[in-house]
Amino acid sequence: MPIPYYPGCTLSTKARGYDASGRAVAKALGLELEELQDWNCCGATFPLAMDNLLAMTGPTQVLVQARAHSDRLVTLCAICYNVLKRTNYFLQSDAEKRDRINYFIEADYAGDLRVQHFLEILRDELGFEALKQRVDEARKETGKSLEGLRVAPYYGCLLLRPEKELQLDNAEDPRILEDLLQAIGCDPVDFSHRVECCGSYLLVTSPDLAADMSYAVLQSAAHNGAHLLVTACPLCQYNLDHKQAEMARQHPGFKPLPVLYFTQLMGLALGLNSDDWGWELHYVDPRPVLAGHGL
Amino acid sequence: MSEELVPVFIMGKRYDVPPSLTIMKAMEYAGYQLIRGVGCRGGFCGACGTVYRLRDDDTLYFCLACQTVVQPHMYLVQIPFFPAQRAEYDLSKLVPRPEQLFSLYPELLRCLGCGTCTKACPQDLDVKGYMAAAMRGDIARVADMSFDCIMCGLCAARCPVGEAQYNIAILCRRLYGRYLAPRSQHLEDRLAEIKAGKFDKPLEELKSLGVEELKERYKARDIEPR
Amino acid sequence: MARVRLSRERVRGELVRKIEELSGQNLLACNQCGKCSAGCPAATVMDLLPNQVIRYAQFGLEQVLEAKSIWICASCQTCYVRCPHGVDLSRIMEALRVIALEQGDDHLRPQELDPDEVADMPQLAVIAGFRKYTMMGG
Repeated sequence: MPIPYYPGCTLSTKARGYDASGRAVAKALGLELEELQDWNCCGATFPLAMDNLLAMTGPTQVLVQARAHSDRLVTLCAICYNVLKRTNYFLQSDAEKRDRINYFIEADYAGDLRVQHFLEILRDELGFEALKQRVDEARKETGKSLEGLRVAPYYGCLLLRPEKELQLDNAEDPRILEDLLQAIGCDPVDFSHRVECCGSYLLVTSPDLAADMSYAVLQSAAHNGAHLLVTACPLCQYNLDHKQAEMARQHPGFKPLPVLYFTQLMGLALGLNSDDWGWELHYVDPRPVLAGHGL
Repeated sequence: MSEELVPVFIMGKRYDVPPSLTIMKAMEYAGYQLIRGVGCRGGFCGACGTVYRLRDDDTLYFCLACQTVVQPHMYLVQIPFFPAQRAEYDLSKLVPRPEQLFSLYPELLRCLGCGTCTKACPQDLDVKGYMAAAMRGDIARVADMSFDCIMCGLCAARCPVGEAQYNIAILCRRLYGRYLAPRSQHLEDRLAEIKAGKFDKPLEELKSLGVEELKERYKARDIEPR
Repeated sequence: MARVRLSRERVRGELVRKIEELSGQNLLACNQCGKCSAGCPAATVMDLLPNQVIRYAQFGLEQVLEAKSIWICASCQTCYVRCPHGVDLSRIMEALRVIALEQGDDHLRPQELDPDEVADMPQLAVIAGFRKYTMMGG
């Protein structure tokens, strides 16, 4: 049965390489993703004020739409994942407010959908062992491998926190990206800033602060010998990626580090055609580093 | 008049009007001389957006005054115009890309997706749906979903974050028409024919005719089959 | 800051009540251990440290609404997952933003955004910015 898939607004524009590579990887692994039709924006932030029910009407309508097709919904964007899953948790735990939202949007949602991140499906349903086998098979065919590629797995915030509601992995010491990277044959780099914030939406009002926060993450990864970073979040990707030329001017010795989506790296490991995975949208072009490793 | 009159409340004042009238005609019957809030009287121009309630009903209803027949105990007001953000642009200098929408209408990205606009649309458009498409940057989809928009502005009047849905929609329809819609070959061919002078002679002939002869020709013209 | 006078009226006052209601948090559950400030990735540029924000809130001091810190918080939730008492400071920060927005101007105006920057940013950054920095209702 196909899994309803919610790309989120940025995966149809700036992060279309994430969308394209994610779909390609899912297809290659026999997972059928089916995009919801005419979906609306999740809101990009989970409303933290207890009375802000109006801001929850948007994400609730996404859940309602998915529930009409299935008992679950999968996302790639970490922000959409966070907002949809937290909204779902809220609706499950507060029946009175759920009724009020249902009344307003003229729906009858009971809160009985599972919101999943694509990573969870890879880990818990396909299994990283099976993924490793697929990658090994692909390597035999193509002769290409990610061996020797040192990759910094950057989690950021919204994939993990708050752990009580998301339950994807340990919020302080997650393993899921490291295990995935090992399964696809590269070398995960341990670094201090893997669960630190990139600056998030401060980009809009305090861009310099956001850049400083992103710089700290990049430095930490570089210091530990990473060739590149991977992320599951299009806002992290942009924050980490788009100001590196300026960072290089400000900080002598800073070497640009490409920032990829984990699905792009998975797709390369699986030997898929990566021509339309949005490489031109990256500010630090990952292709030279990848080519240096025979990819 | 033989039919029994029904009470309607226009801006809070009671009038008894014939039940077969549209809201617009009822207002005129009641003595209003409409200068604003009236236009084509055919449901196309969007000038007569109207909000009403019914007695013992908590729903707020939206309609066009020229298209809606009065009901007893209708409490109504017209909203002929609602101020909304309107970007200035030269269509020929725009690009049909998502970023174009976001830079001309950054407030588009304030949309909550609450759907209040959809409830307000007298054309029954999925306004929230086309706003969602706009936030995704899908210009063609906005153009398609908003095709029947008559720019009445009731969506903007109801929006909790002050969106200008109808102005964003027409930008998308313009971008679609100018840049994205497939070019039609028969139009290009015909334009080439016109430029080459194929119709110069018949046109000169028409110009030389008198009014009566023109009327005859008009009546006898070919009409495209529906 | 200048010396402040605490009083029962203030500590049980309207501001404290409103922060607790909007955030859903019990402010007095915080015992000022400072773990939130230790882990906050933006604390270095804050005028009030995260634990100080709670302290001001506990005492019902309106100055907290003037603090830059409430606009610097990126809702990263690090403080929340590390709080030994389960206090969700990100919700308290949000409550303070909401109150400040109700009392004053929006912190972000669409017309003040640079169109070229908006065109370049992922739209979710701008969406999130509006959600955090403007009053619903326009």
